[in-house]
Amino acid sequence: MTPRIIALFLLMISLQLSAAEVILNFDSPKQEQRYKSLIDELRCMVCQNQNLADSNAELAEDLRDRTYDMIRTGASDDEIIDYMVERYGDFVLYRPPVKTSTLLLWYGPALLLLIAVCAVWRHTRRKSQLSPTQISDSQRKKIRQLLDK
Amino acid sequence: MAKRSILSRPKFLIPLVAFLFVAGFFALGLRLDSTLVPSPLIGKSAPAFKLPILHLESASLEPEQFSGTPWLLNVWASWCVACRDEHQLLLDLASQGVVIVGLNYKDDPAQARQWLRNLGNPYLVTAVDNEGSAAIDWGVYGVPETFLIDPSGVIVFKHIGPLSAEVITEKILPLIRSSA
Repeated sequence: MTPRIIALFLLMISLQLSAAEVILNFDSPKQEQRYKSLIDELRCMVCQNQNLADSNAELAEDLRDRTYDMIRTGASDDEIIDYMVERYGDFVLYRPPVKTSTLLLWYGPALLLLIAVCAVWRHTRRKSQLSPTQISDSQRKKIRQLLDK
Repeated sequence: MAKRSILSRPKFLIPLVAFLFVAGFFALGLRLDSTLVPSPLIGKSAPAFKLPILHLESASLEPEQFSGTPWLLNVWASWCVACRDEHQLLLDLASQGVVIVGLNYKDDPAQARQWLRNLGNPYLVTAVDNEGSAAIDWGVYGVPETFLIDPSGVIVFKHIGPLSAEVITEKILPLIRSSA
């Protein structure tokens, strides 16, 4: 009895999963690969922290369809990305282009690292340049005594 | 001065300055609304569409029909709760003679017409965008959204989310006056 129930349960799960999948036909595996990588790199404007591939928002669905249609009609990856950027701006890209407004975004972390390395270098150099501490003769004597104990 | 006093080179202030610097960025970040993404369409020609009219589905509407006058395109739907918030403001604007064109987004036309009967119709005319394809061309990602188009057909302003009295008096009306 129990295996049957488990089997039924598994069947129910699998039905649910297949309901969420949309079957798309591509001319070639390469097209499918392009589709997958595009919807992976494009942001869902509604949920913002999800890409088109993961989002269930209606707009994400529409934009997946748009991407699919464009691939099927022979648009290049650049054309599809331009199409999205024209409408939604650079924000739609998870990998924004390098330009003056995004320079800090791209190179800020490296800049911070450089500043930190410089600061550490200066700090250690200054420490090593410090003149040895002056000790009086009585102190020297005391040290000697302690060490000889 | 041979010996530097602590005040001539106040090293102890460095953490304070660093803190204020970082806090300043956080304060800015708190004020910014990350859901508001600037539209790349500002300063560009309004994207074309040709859609049926809500109250006369045999006829179609195109943005070019409004060239020569500043006009607002308001994207709305009867299922959109936030659209109710701004509706009175749109009615007020319409009564001041502002041309407002509706774009009914993914809605049931019968329900949309009912909604306008119940709440009042601020729109000179409403286009029906059942598939949301015109909305994609206009970069719409959250309903309601409002665009201001100048007499030459260029988008000069976009507001995402329900309109507020401030946005209307501080942004939209001055822009309409300057472009008319």
